Order: sequence, then C-alpha cells, then structure tokens
Amino acid sequence: MNSSLYGLAAEFDDPDKILEAVRKMKAAGYRQMDAYSPFPIHGMTDALDCHDPKVPWLVFGMGIFGTINGYFLEYMTSTPVLDHLPRFVRLLPGMNEMSYPMNVGGRPFHSWPNFIPVAFETTILFAALGAVVGMLLLNGLPKPYHPIFNAPRFELVSQDKFVLCIETADPKFDYEATWQFLQSLGPDVVSEVAR
Amino acid sequence: MADIDYGGDGPEPLNDALITGNNNTYKSIENQITRLIFNQRTHPKSWLFVFVVGFLLLNLLMMAMTWLLYKGVGIWGINIPCAWGFDIINFVWWIGIGHAGTLISAILLLLRQQWRNSINRFAEAMTLFAVACAGIYPLFHTGRPWVAFYWLGPIGPNILGLWPQFRSPLVWDVFAVSTYASVSLLFWFVGLIPDLATLRDKTENKALKVLFGMISMGWRGSARHWERYETAYLILAGLSTPLVLSVHTIVSFDFAVGIVPGWHTTIFPPYFVAGAVYAGFAMVLTLAIPIRAWYGLKNQITMRHLDWMAKVMLTTGLIVFYGYVMEVFYGWYSGNQFEWAMILNRFKGPYAPFYWALVFCNGIAPQILWSPKLRRNLVVLFVVAQIVSIGMWLERYIIIPVSLTRDFLPSSWGYYTPSVWDLGMYAGTIGLFIVLMFLFIRFMPIINIFEMKDLLARMHHAHHAEDDHTATAPGSAHAALANAEE
Repeated sequence: MNSSLYGLAAEFDDPDKILEAVRKMKAAGYRQMDAYSPFPIHGMTDALDCHDPKVPWLVFGMGIFGTINGYFLEYMTSTPVLDHLPRFVRLLPGMNEMSYPMNVGGRPFHSWPNFIPVAFETTILFAALGAVVGMLLLNGLPKPYHPIFNAPRFELVSQDKFVLCIETADPKFDYEATWQFLQSLGPDVVSEVAR
Repeated sequence: MADIDYGGDGPEPLNDALITGNNNTYKSIENQITRLIFNQRTHPKSWLFVFVVGFLLLNLLMMAMTWLLYKGVGIWGINIPCAWGFDIINFVWWIGIGHAGTLISAILLLLRQQWRNSINRFAEAMTLFAVACAGIYPLFHTGRPWVAFYWLGPIGPNILGLWPQFRSPLVWDVFAVSTYASVSLLFWFVGLIPDLATLRDKTENKALKVLFGMISMGWRGSARHWERYETAYLILAGLSTPLVLSVHTIVSFDFAVGIVPGWHTTIFPPYFVAGAVYAGFAMVLTLAIPIRAWYGLKNQITMRHLDWMAKVMLTTGLIVFYGYVMEVFYGWYSGNQFEWAMILNRFKGPYAPFYWALVFCNGIAPQILWSPKLRRNLVVLFVVAQIVSIGMWLERYIIIPVSLTRDFLPSSWGYYTPSVWDLGMYAGTIGLFIVLMFLFIRFMPIINIFEMKDLLARMHHAHHAEDDHTATAPGSAHAALANAEE
C-alpha cells in the first residue's frame, strides 16, 4: 500500500447525499472515515457513530472546581480560619497574608449567603472555560496542518461542498475497491489525499 | 446579488420565511456576508460619516480620561450627598444594552428560535463593545485605575493587607461583570471559528489567509469536531443564560441592598433584567435597521425579524412599566413617610421633568408598537428605539441622583448637576462603541455564515417534507411553506 497516501476523498454537493454515502460506507464495513462539511449535518453524528460525552463532563468538573475555588477564596480571606489550623499552615508561602477577617457591622465572619454570588460567578467562568478549551483540545485544535487539507478543492468544504474521506488506516481499505465503491455513491469527484 | 436584494422598490415581503427570496444558495448567502470584508467598496459614504463622528467622540473620551487621571474625580459633578453620578448611570445603561446580545445568542438558542441566526453575531459584538464601555466607568471612577485591581479583584491583599470585602454587592459586581465579559468573548469567538475558516478559504490575499488561518486554528469542518462544537456551544448558551440574569440582578443589588428610599425594593432584580433586555433590543434595532439597508441584507434580516424584535421590545417595555407602577404603589402602600416622600419628589420635585420624560419614553411612546402598521414602518421603529434608549438612560438617572439627593435628613439634601467632563465622557463612550462596532462591520462577518447555511438546509428539508408529509425540523415547516408561496 502506498504509505504517502492518507485516504480517498469523495466530494458531494448536498448534505443529504453525503449522509446517505456515510450510511452506505458504514453498511459496507468501513470504519476509519470522516465527513467534512461547512455546517453541522443533522444526523451525521449517529451515522458516523462519533458521539463524545466528554465535553459535558469536563464542563461539570470545571464548574465544581470553580465553585470550590471561589468559595475557598472568600472563606480563607474573610474568616479567621487560620487560627484554628495547625501553626505550620501559617508558615506556608503566602498563607500569612491570606487571612484578614474584618468585623463589618457585627456580621458573622462566615456570612455564607453573601458568599454565594461570587462563588456562582466563578462557577460559570470556569465551566465556560472548560467548555471552550475542552472542546478545542479534544478536537486537537489548534492544528495548522492536517493531511485532509491536501485534498483537491478542500477549500470549498468551508463554503458549499461536502467531503467524505476514507482513510488508508481502515482495515478494509483497498485502493481499487474503495475507489470503485466511492464512485458508486454518486459524488461529484473522487480524489486522492496525500499525507 | 441584485436578484435577491429588495433594495427600495416594491414592498418587502412579510412572511415567516427566515431567509426570503427563492434563489438563495449556500454560496449566495456566504457571498452576501463576506462581500463586506472582501469588497471594501461595498461600504457606503454613510459608513465613513458615522465612523468619523464616532472617532471624534472617541478622542473626546481620551481627553476626558486623561484629564480625569491628572486631576482626579473632582472634575465630575459628584459630591456628598450624591457620590454616584454619571459613572454608575452610564455603567448600568451600557451593561443593560449588552444584555440583549446574550439574550439573543443564548436564550433564543436554548428556546430553538432559529430567527436568532441572522442577528446573533452582531448582537454578540454589541454585547462585547457595550461591556467594554461599561467597564470604563467603575474602573476610572476609582481615580487610580492602576491600583483598582488590588482593591476590587482577587489579586492579593492591598497595601494595608486587606482583601476585597466579599460581603459587598460592589465586589459581587466586579466578579459578575468580569465573568460576563469573559464568557461573552468566549461565546463570540467560538461562534466565529467556522466562519473564520470560511474567510481563510475564500480569500485570495496571502497575508489575510495566514491571519484568518491562525485565528481559525485549523478548523476543517470534521463531523467529529462539529459534534463537540455543537455540544460546547449549547452548554455555553446554557451557562450564559443564568449568567446574564445574575449579572443584572447583582447590578440591581448595588442599589437594592442599600437602605436609601427608592433603592431598597425587592422588585429591582426582575425589573432591572427586563429593562436591560428592553434597552438592548432598542440598540439591536438601531444597528440592524441601517445595516440591512446599507448592505443589501434584507433577505437575511427580514421584516419578520424586525417585527419580532419590536414585539420583544414592547413586551419587556410593559414589564418595565409595571415596575414603575409598582414602585409608586409600594411607596403609597408601605405607609412609610420616606418612601412616599421619595415618590412625591419624583412627581413634583426638582427632577420631575426627567421623571415624566421617563414615563413618556418607556411607558407611553412604545405603545404605538401595538399597531402592526406602525411596527412595520422602519422610520417609526427606528425612532421608537431611540426614544427607548433615552428612556432607559433616564430611568437610571431617576434612580440614582433623585434618591441620593433626598434621603432621610433634610440637612443632607442636595442637588446633582453633571459637569462638562461627565457629559464628555458619556459622549466619548458612545464614540468608542460606534468606532468598535463600525470596524467590526467592516472586518468581520456580521452574520453567522454557517448557521445561515444550516438554516437554509433545514428550510430545503422542510420544503421537501411538505410534499410527502414527513417530519420536519422544528419550527421551520411553515417558514419554508411561506417561502414557497411568496
């Protein structure tokens, strides 16, 4: 097999056609493929079976982390908690400046209802960062180079064309047979993608 | 693009089609939007005129801020008893304007209102720029903004070893507004990534290709990426929704937690949030009406969009007016002489003309939007949007100096007059907003390209489905039908 080949790309001009093509490829036993489109195609996730539940969990984790951080900041700085901890804690770097409880109008130091707004905001902030950074990292972005950019006319994929790429890494990949099969799916053009 | 541009002659179609016209393709929609960036000759003379006005005002802002840093906040009209003046009025006004952008981009997304697609991008930009204008006020009213971070933020203890007072709504405000600015920026940027990839692939210019390539981070439209992208985008919308409500709630706490008559009411949070959306939609209309006319985008920002925005404005306006009525009722029903004196002071006191102007601007003038005929007259709609913007500014003016200058002790009464620097700084932030917004119109896609393509695909789908009565994408069946009839 040609090792400088990344895969074969079939270009379609309609989202329904590429969706149908992906379903047929799956039915024929191909696995290592991806569909590239200018906008998300409804039903493509199911067709490619590429649902990824990691992003919501990451957001949840980061949200909890944000809550704890925000509340911890308020609790440590506004209450005399250091007095109740072992003495060596005060000697840790930065700890001595941490606690400066102030008596404001006789309110309790740990006035938790007043601490909710800040903890809420830090929750949202960290969860949102988790959603964006998590999405980008899981997608492997930023990634300036990817073999699929070698596909001819790939710049049209961000405009109005839809490309299905079957990779050479697929166990069922066979240059002649796969090429013929892609042709049978009714694409505008089938082409090689160099690595 | 002449075949789909309803520029001027003939009535514009009003139906439920979210993209009007029959000849739309993915390509035509994309070209209509990217033309603003790639063909700089598209921009009319009016662009330059408004930009120059904005730029001059921006220079006024620079002067006002420089003088402020040199002399201190004494150049403003604030003094005891009215230590909060234009700075907080304008801060609340700008933050409120920003909220419509988040409402459109997040809440309407969660409610599956597909009409948001045409307006969400520039509404989000409007949010960012309005928050930037708002942020200037609290930062500069400290007089020494370079140390304000130590007083306000969790950077570390200040020179006295003190931390910010976490029991104070003013510190909550710092966290709320900075979180809001950060999340709005993330939301806007995530929405831009696929469009930047489109720009990267469309441009012939080598330098622009590299620039767009770097910002789009190598986006390639993979189905696996789209799946995570859509999940993350939806989650961001779900996070922004409580965030936007919390931000204006916390802004209203700045007042409601105080005990000054006219501030100390529980109605403030909902009525502030409704007021924010009200002012924000007025600003979206102020921007949308000229933009669609100048750039031939009438088939994408349709009469239906404007009609719906006018209805949202009318609804939130009624909520705000209900708030005014309840304030008066509460002043009377509480039986508290200070509360009732505050109401009478608004009615008949030195600021009475402002109060009645407020009632006219926010309560009476928008009621003409009940008439479908007037609502669809763009001149009338534009004028009403301006009146609402003025009204919402007056609302903050009525809340802040009027209450502060007449509190419990007659010996501590006073009168607030803004100085020329107050006015200069206010005009200056309007200039900053105009400059940022008009640069955005020129160099960024002002409509979300990939969502409009998605919408067009759904409309085609719904159109086919009408023939064989199969299931359709929610809410778009009648849209496509109306499109076909047109």
